[in-house]
Amino acid sequence: MEYHFSLPVSEEDVKKLHIGDIIYVSGRIFTARDEAHHLMLEKNNVPFDPSDMALFHCGPLMKKTGDKWEVISAGPTTSSRMEIFEDKFLEKYKVKVIIGKGGMGKNTQKALQKYISIYTSYTGGAGALAADKVEEVEEVYWLDKLGMPEAVWILRVNEFGPLVVAMDSHGKSIYKR
Amino acid sequence: MDYDDLKKGVVKLIQKAETELPEDVIYALNKAYETEQGIAKTQIGAILENIKLARESGRPMCQDTGIQTFFVDVGVDFPEINSIKEVIVDAVSIATREVPLRPNTVDPFTGENHKDNLGKHIPYITWDFVDGDDVFITALPKGGGSENMSKLGMLKPGVGIDGVKDFVVEEMIKAGGNPCPPTIVGVGIGGGADLSLKLGKKALLRPVGVRHSDKFIADIEEELIERINGSGIGPMGLGGKTTVLDVHVEWAHRHPASLPVGIVVQCWADRRASMVIHSDGSWEVK
Repeated sequence: MEYHFSLPVSEEDVKKLHIGDIIYVSGRIFTARDEAHHLMLEKNNVPFDPSDMALFHCGPLMKKTGDKWEVISAGPTTSSRMEIFEDKFLEKYKVKVIIGKGGMGKNTQKALQKYISIYTSYTGGAGALAADKVEEVEEVYWLDKLGMPEAVWILRVNEFGPLVVAMDSHGKSIYKR
Repeated sequence: MDYDDLKKGVVKLIQKAETELPEDVIYALNKAYETEQGIAKTQIGAILENIKLARESGRPMCQDTGIQTFFVDVGVDFPEINSIKEVIVDAVSIATREVPLRPNTVDPFTGENHKDNLGKHIPYITWDFVDGDDVFITALPKGGGSENMSKLGMLKPGVGIDGVKDFVVEEMIKAGGNPCPPTIVGVGIGGGADLSLKLGKKALLRPVGVRHSDKFIADIEEELIERINGSGIGPMGLGGKTTVLDVHVEWAHRHPASLPVGIVVQCWADRRASMVIHSDGSWEVK
């Protein structure tokens, strides 16, 4: 099945989704890789509300013209690196949709079931295609501290996809078939 | 020699590698698109659309523009050999701003990003000497996701070539969707630990679809392609028939006690571009 969602996606909608479904999302997403996961788990408050957004495993290639940032290329990074953080991250930030590539492990799978979230796969390396779905770079956090790939970028996207539901909230994983 | 002009040439080389995929890779991806169905087809479709978009807009096809890696064959009669390294290093820094490239060089101790894609031992340049007065440079920007799936096996010689094949197939199944399949796998057999990995990386320079000139090695390549694709991992690990676009094997003689196997994985974004610099300083990017 194919679905088009506005972010945030409700718990009810997440429950409707099964592995193999294809979704497109519109709204705000934030990028976070290893360093950002680490930092956000340490901090008691962050300057934005992750629960309203989708979490994108991505270290984008950005360009600054004047004082405005533009996305040049922004495909997903390998999600398995975030496995050591993700169950705690889902517990703390209540993210409903994760976007990445390559799949994640057992701990994330359990957390997806417990907190009713999904893991979706975006085509790895399709950075130019993804960049074209970004309407605006709204904000960047910890750029000086973490550098361009590891910083948290808040992006407003339109019809971001196709995202393949690869791990659902019912304990199923497409990678185990 | 006009060094600024030479730097322009190397910047153009990097730009071409980052934004235009070689025809042999596109041909293999188109063939995969015809073979695949369902989700696997959507993945190859997105890859092909992305390649087209990147080429038309002159943007890097993948946000991971890689560690800048060059293979340089220096003609021994080239008049200014001592200038080549500086030209490449400066061009990487210029390309980072102009293409642009993602700043990808990080201090392993502090985590600090060097911001210009330069750093200790980086760009990584492999030098070889050849006859003549031309310099040939091949750029092979190497992404992190696929490089992370590289493997070194110091096998027991007793396992023989069957053991080597099993090792490669098992490792590629373990890698699953992580290295952005469909991948190109470079396998170096023999030599020592470092040489086997070096041969694996150099094997990636061979165009996709071209078999090893030695029939015995070519047969091993074909068997590996068939077995890895038989795993069903498929594009992005989501299931399908195409897990590898190709497997290239290179080899060296080994120590009696050692059977090193170096596996180097390249994502579908098998970015390669070459240039030649002539002795008068003129250049062409191909």
